[in-house]
Amino acid sequence: MPIFKKGTTFIENLPKIYTLYTGGFLLFFAMLAWFEKLGMGADTIGILFVSFTIVIYALIGYLSRTMEVQAYYVAGRQVPAVFNGMATAADWMSGASFVAMAGGIYLGGHAYLAFVVGWTGGYVLVATLMAPYLRKFGCYTVPDFIGTRYGGNLTRFFAVVVLVVASFTYVTAQINATGTIAARTLGVPFEVGVWVGLVGILLCAMLGGMRAVTWTQVAQYIVLIIAYLVPVFWMSMKQGFGPFPHVEYGNAVARIMELEPILQVGVLKPTGEIAAQFPGLKALTVLHATPGEGPIAAWRFVTLVACMMIGTASLPHILMRYFTTPSVRAARTSVAWSLFFIFLLYFTAPALATFTKLQLLDPNLATSIIGKSIAEVTNLTWIQKWSAVGMVAIKDFNGDGILQINEFFIRGDIVVLATPEIAGLPYVISGLVAAGGLAAAMSTADGLLLAISNALSHDLYYKIIDPKAETRKRLIVARVLLVGIGALASIVASFKLTGILGAVAWAFCFAMSGLFFPLVLGVWWRRANRAGAIAGMVIGLGAGWWYLYMVKWGGMKPWWGMDDLRFGMVGATASLIAMVVVSLMTKAPDKETQAMIDEVRIPKGKTILEASH
Amino acid sequence: MATNTGQQEAHWHATRNLMIVHLVIWFVFAYVVHWFAPQLNKMSLLNFPVGFYMAAQGSLIVFVVQLFVFAKQQDAIDRKFGMAEED
Repeated sequence: MPIFKKGTTFIENLPKIYTLYTGGFLLFFAMLAWFEKLGMGADTIGILFVSFTIVIYALIGYLSRTMEVQAYYVAGRQVPAVFNGMATAADWMSGASFVAMAGGIYLGGHAYLAFVVGWTGGYVLVATLMAPYLRKFGCYTVPDFIGTRYGGNLTRFFAVVVLVVASFTYVTAQINATGTIAARTLGVPFEVGVWVGLVGILLCAMLGGMRAVTWTQVAQYIVLIIAYLVPVFWMSMKQGFGPFPHVEYGNAVARIMELEPILQVGVLKPTGEIAAQFPGLKALTVLHATPGEGPIAAWRFVTLVACMMIGTASLPHILMRYFTTPSVRAARTSVAWSLFFIFLLYFTAPALATFTKLQLLDPNLATSIIGKSIAEVTNLTWIQKWSAVGMVAIKDFNGDGILQINEFFIRGDIVVLATPEIAGLPYVISGLVAAGGLAAAMSTADGLLLAISNALSHDLYYKIIDPKAETRKRLIVARVLLVGIGALASIVASFKLTGILGAVAWAFCFAMSGLFFPLVLGVWWRRANRAGAIAGMVIGLGAGWWYLYMVKWGGMKPWWGMDDLRFGMVGATASLIAMVVVSLMTKAPDKETQAMIDEVRIPKGKTILEASH
Repeated sequence: MATNTGQQEAHWHATRNLMIVHLVIWFVFAYVVHWFAPQLNKMSLLNFPVGFYMAAQGSLIVFVVQLFVFAKQQDAIDRKFGMAEED
């Protein structure tokens, strides 16, 4: 493939290449749909979907192999804004966004939309406060910025620590999600699925570093967005809401609000005893579109939004994507495109949750189950299939033979995966959704593993331990670390310590506790100095950690209702205070640093760090 | 650099103001609007209760549009003060 060899031609050909790829993927989808008509089994379709997409990603990874430092760490700084936007969107939208978010809205209603708002609005902070300045700096990693701006190996080291803590927490959740999906579609045990997923992830990232991850992430974005949108459009047409579900689903929301009092949603609740029989499963007890009343509910909503937003702006695997654009201006446009591509999925998630809920609740629809006889419902194929694996449960505890709202239990994580079956769509859609979920989890895991191993290989090994190491050796160390960390994360993931969503929220809180203020103030406050940055990182992460421990395991009563998902509020506040106080108590940064800050603030001119460092 | 510094300071001043304007808009749509979700829900838009709509779509649309506008405005500032990269 000569177009992959010459940098420029390849970049110019990108739109053509990915259009061909998208066409090929749709053709593959159509072919499988046809095979299904001819009688191909559901399992075979699932296996074909998953293995075909993994092979494509691995192939892209192989074609992007490199032995250049600049290509390995920042994809040669030539990724166009729009494509970097797609790659960031895939990097960003994890198994949690794809698999768990709509399910969360289904069960949690309005309160859960805090994730939707938080995971999009964070990009306003990225664009206005961070990305363009970090791009101008010309760093390879986030600790590279902290280490150079504040100076000193200790500063760099603490930045690496925060990065590793946050990203590692996050990556175990992604490998968990990858393993779950691989296990289900390939029919292997979860522990095996985890390792299959890891091999796929490493094939994408190992040979080509950031360059390979960039081009596979674009490919993964295309798969995941098609997989997310198709079922929603399909259901909207099927339920008679027309071809523009995002505008039309207001009617579906209105219909749900009409049905809720009739079905006594939020009034009928399973007793604690019965709920305890189905760990991880929940009955629907929360109103769909009605927010909780009072300042506590509002406070809980906005604090969750704040944690997700500030966390977004501090997560190294996202920030490092903007190091790959050709210019500062492109970095800014690229943030806008990233948010646009992310938005396409996030404004669909509430629509998906709404349509799925209506399918189950509305007695006028053939698919509804609430209010039907228990015997009839337990006969449905999807109910049987998902109850066999303990993801759905039905319990007629009042013994009247009719299914009520509080007698149907479902695991939030499966709502997206099960929706095609609930809505009675052909199996090929389920295969597509599985491939999409896998793409989402793999692309995020890729980015995270690369962020961790790059920080360790560049900042810890090259900058601190062995500054004389030659290129070849640096890149070999980077790859060994990548494989090692991937294996470690898989081992941790196979213990299933936390749920997917909990671990993700924690990762955000860790990142915002330790990194947000050192990064922002590094650009926006001249007076910020080394001692202040160290205090900000150490005290921020320490306070966050302490609060998490006390609330989750130490039996402390949360402050103003801030539970373990919101511990970043405490950590980041401590970080800000510590950083300002310590900076003001110690000497202002020297002239050289002041000049560097001035230079970072303007787009024109050379990057602060050499192109290859 | 003496002549440059004045220019640079003016550039940074404009940049900072733009940042503040966008963060104020962001603050309103990220927090203020959702604080009043129960009240907003009494109104309806395209059949959506407005409080729900803002969290599910409204704020998101504002953020996306805002970022494209921001990129354009910041670029204009960079050019005006001669601080933009060469094309």
